[in-house]
Amino acid sequence: MNTPQHAPAYNFAYLDEQTKRMIRRAILKAVAIPGYQVPFASREMPMPYGWGTGGVQVTAAILGADDVLKVIDQGADDTTNAVSIRKFFQKTAGVKTTTETAEATIIQTRHRIPETPLTARQILVFQVPIPDPLRYLEPRETETRRMHALAEYGLMHVKLYEDIARHGHIATTYAYPVKVDGRYVMDPSPTPKFDNPKMHDCAALQLFGAGREKRIYAIPPHTRVVSLDFDDHPFERYRHDDTCALCGAKDSYLDEIVTDDRGSRMFVCSDTDYCEGRRGDAGRTGTPHAEAQTP
Amino acid sequence: MNLAATESQPLLIAESLSKSFGRQVGCRNVSFDLHEGEVMAVVGESGSGKSTLLRLLSMQMEADRGRVFYRLRDGATRDLTTLGEAELRFLARTDWGFVHQDPTLGLRMAVSGGANVGERLMAVGWRHYGEIRQAATDWLSRVEIDTARIDDRPTTYSGGMRQRLQIARNLVTQPRLVMMDEPTGGLDVSVQARLLDLLRNLVAVLKLSAVIVTHDLAVARLLSHRIMVMKDGEVIESGLTDQVLDDPREPYTQLLVSSILQP
Repeated sequence: MNTPQHAPAYNFAYLDEQTKRMIRRAILKAVAIPGYQVPFASREMPMPYGWGTGGVQVTAAILGADDVLKVIDQGADDTTNAVSIRKFFQKTAGVKTTTETAEATIIQTRHRIPETPLTARQILVFQVPIPDPLRYLEPRETETRRMHALAEYGLMHVKLYEDIARHGHIATTYAYPVKVDGRYVMDPSPTPKFDNPKMHDCAALQLFGAGREKRIYAIPPHTRVVSLDFDDHPFERYRHDDTCALCGAKDSYLDEIVTDDRGSRMFVCSDTDYCEGRRGDAGRTGTPHAEAQTP
Repeated sequence: MNLAATESQPLLIAESLSKSFGRQVGCRNVSFDLHEGEVMAVVGESGSGKSTLLRLLSMQMEADRGRVFYRLRDGATRDLTTLGEAELRFLARTDWGFVHQDPTLGLRMAVSGGANVGERLMAVGWRHYGEIRQAATDWLSRVEIDTARIDDRPTTYSGGMRQRLQIARNLVTQPRLVMMDEPTGGLDVSVQARLLDLLRNLVAVLKLSAVIVTHDLAVARLLSHRIMVMKDGEVIESGLTDQVLDDPREPYTQLLVSSILQP
């Protein structure tokens, strides 16, 4: 290790080398079979399940000393989850961190894909709570595995049918099921369906880690990713029909923010880095780049 | 092969099927043929091996000895044990139907009635919501369920409706063979009568072949052409339904027939 800048009590990126190797083997298998959920021996991490233990392990396994890490939580760089995971890797790996999408080589994300298009030198790591798209439709794990193996995905459309029968349109707005490379149906983690088209033919490698469920899956660069739908109810992206109150963006995914208790609200970009970039350098100071770059 | 020759082949052939659970005999040496459009009832008291036989026929359970042959839609008769799991499952959700005694086993209780009927269609590749819904509506009315209930979950249906929904769900892909395990069990008499009437109609109109397991001889008499009487895992008597029920040969069959309550 040529840059032992990390805290001396930890191995580089927290996990021991054998564990990282085990995770890399799972990742390689996942890349070889796009969309297939590869079981792996998920470790206890110093954070609760649901906070990204799967994503953190994947990031730890692929992190190199010269990587630049960005962590986002619902699109934002400055929320608790993002700040703590960034700090975690600053401390245990001593890597450089950033909030700028273009500058990052590894982006760990909770539920958003950045608005700035990703490039071939970047890897996107998703934190996944429930990896199996069939989970709430078929309660038996033995059965869902068999269904994946035999590509029996009629049940996925039953879910979409129920949406239309009840709401008149496909009301699933996040964790919208996709078919990867024409074979496996995959849960894209709870990203809004607005982001689904970004997964298709993406230049960056996309890795998904589910810590509690002990599964890793992947979408290799430039893979066909199709959102499931019906011929007469095609897949539609969804965003609030408004512009960002801060940067005026008309194309980004918007968060609704309630500003008082009398019903006033504003819409702002969910991707904070994209919003700041559009507002220019003056905007960039708006978000505290709180943590120092050294531990 | 000409069509007439194919049609004269049996649809389903059971060849000396045997299954035991340790020292307990499930069924022993059961053989029969079933032709297209033919309905066979399997009767006998509880524990006589009727349900085991049905599970062996539908390949839900592996037989210790014996084989099951089935004539596929392309006319080729195949030994079912040589089919792969994917082929079997495809067969089971397109060309076969399986009606459970307890409808909660055969239905998805958490999704609407319409989705229950549409599931098989979506599984074989239907991707047009309007068409799936139309097919579901048609089938609900064919089994006499008010189409206004199409978006209600089967948990809100009565026992009779659930059983009829299960039948619609199975018949929507126009299977050629339907296996029923006590389809009228647990229903009250008037609901049973309606269900039997419905089944008899559907079987005749759709020219279905069916194996019906029942302990109710009245069901057997109403629905079936042929009957097999089982006792302790073995077939003790078989033949035309009228013949067996009106003129039973075996003492056990005589006992069964005489134990029907006469109002």
